[in-house]
Amino acid sequence: MTLNRPLPLAVLGLVLGACALQAAPPARQKQIQHGGYLVTIAGCHDCHTPLKMSPKGPEPDMTRMLSGHPEGLKMPPAPKLAEGPWGWAGSLTMTAFTGPWGVSYSANLTPDKETGLGAWTEAQFLQMVRSGRHLGQGRAILPPMPIQNLQKATEADLKAIFAYLQSIPAIRNKVPAPLEPAPTPIPMH
Amino acid sequence: MRALLLPALLVLGATPGTAKAPAPPRLLSQTGLYAAPGVVAARNLAYAPQYPLWTDGAAKARWIHLPAAIDGRDEAGWVFPVGTKAWKEFAFGGRKVETRLLWKTGPATWVFATYAWNEAQTEAVLVPEGGQPDAAEVAPGLRHTIPSRSDCRDCHGREKVEVLGFTALQLSPDRDAGALHAEPLRPGMVTLKELAARGLLRGARPDLASRPPRIEAPPAARTALGYLMSNCATCHRGDRPIPGLDLDLRPAHALRTALGPGSFPVPGQPESRLLSPGHPERSALLHRMASRGAIAQMPPLGSVRVDQAAVEHIRRWIAGMAPLPSH
Repeated sequence: MTLNRPLPLAVLGLVLGACALQAAPPARQKQIQHGGYLVTIAGCHDCHTPLKMSPKGPEPDMTRMLSGHPEGLKMPPAPKLAEGPWGWAGSLTMTAFTGPWGVSYSANLTPDKETGLGAWTEAQFLQMVRSGRHLGQGRAILPPMPIQNLQKATEADLKAIFAYLQSIPAIRNKVPAPLEPAPTPIPMH
Repeated sequence: MRALLLPALLVLGATPGTAKAPAPPRLLSQTGLYAAPGVVAARNLAYAPQYPLWTDGAAKARWIHLPAAIDGRDEAGWVFPVGTKAWKEFAFGGRKVETRLLWKTGPATWVFATYAWNEAQTEAVLVPEGGQPDAAEVAPGLRHTIPSRSDCRDCHGREKVEVLGFTALQLSPDRDAGALHAEPLRPGMVTLKELAARGLLRGARPDLASRPPRIEAPPAARTALGYLMSNCATCHRGDRPIPGLDLDLRPAHALRTALGPGSFPVPGQPESRLLSPGHPERSALLHRMASRGAIAQMPPLGSVRVDQAAVEHIRRWIAGMAPLPSH
């Protein structure tokens, strides 16, 4: 497994992101900071920021912060799991998952216009959460995304999360489409 | 699998961007559709769009009440008068299952409601906002779900609401003889001609009746584009862009925008495109139409059965296209 990322560009992005926050009006700054807090405690990084191996073990690769499953990490066919009770498996990056629903990849939440949320409106983000559907009107959002938890958030909190996600550095990273499950579903128990 | 997906399928939230609208009546009989039990009021006009939406083979009946004339100056975006009500009845196996209501209650407010028919077929009761699963069997092992009101708005629009089957093209008397699952025009059904004659359409171009709208294309393409319009373009349209998807399946735009690679390739087809002329096996559009899996299915709601007639037509249409030079 190799993960290639131009580190200087990412660092530059983080610096520019910080500058953007400072340039925002105070109310907006407060909203963005609250959104950042929510993103952290809600565990968004757990799957949307890839893990990398460090001397201390796996840790979030903040140069790819919230950019989802790395485009360059081509996953081989998902392992065939024996009949339960083991039911799903994940990649070492914690960004690719296989289970009864098929194969899913964590999305790019950065404001990149083509591969992330850069072209989204706040209303579309809210609609995505409320509907629990991809892009707000497509297929169901797949496990392990705990969309049902996010659906309990207040509108103000969701808007803060969106404001924060729009304020972070854009990372171009095209996440693969999910894959259908094998024709014979894995027994659930 | 269903147990894991269920939380993600719960669609219970309020709808943003909509002004306050009155609550819909509790019973279908209170909506103004009927003059007496089982007798549709004469003021409600029956109609049949030339390109119907596929709903797993449901038999459909539709009526509209227009308290005043439609503003037809924009042929692609009619403005309905306040008080407009449109009903659509769905039946499977000869039994009525649900009747949906679209009711314009203010200049920018619409009520969306659907009513589930009782066992005796004598009345239909308002379905909760989140919809109703397991409403009827449409095929062995496959059950019809009555959509949530949020689902309704996904197709009919959130800001600018449209009565999808009641447009200039859908009511054109120049009907596509090859249209898939088309219902015959029965006596009394309105078309553009009757609307104009009754004074229910104002501001339309003067030659609308003599030169009614049609999809200008060879017969197979005309039928295919009409089908994509009514089954896909309610979501995939340039004036309501979906982030990251530059796809517009309205007839005038479909062939231009569907040639890209898209973001959902056909499994095992590295040369996959949304629509690959001459190569149905590489066309994601066809692959997704032919799927009822939770990930690939298109449309993503409103259907649990593949429309085989449409899949075959679209397959033949794509196969008959000249391949792209580099493809």
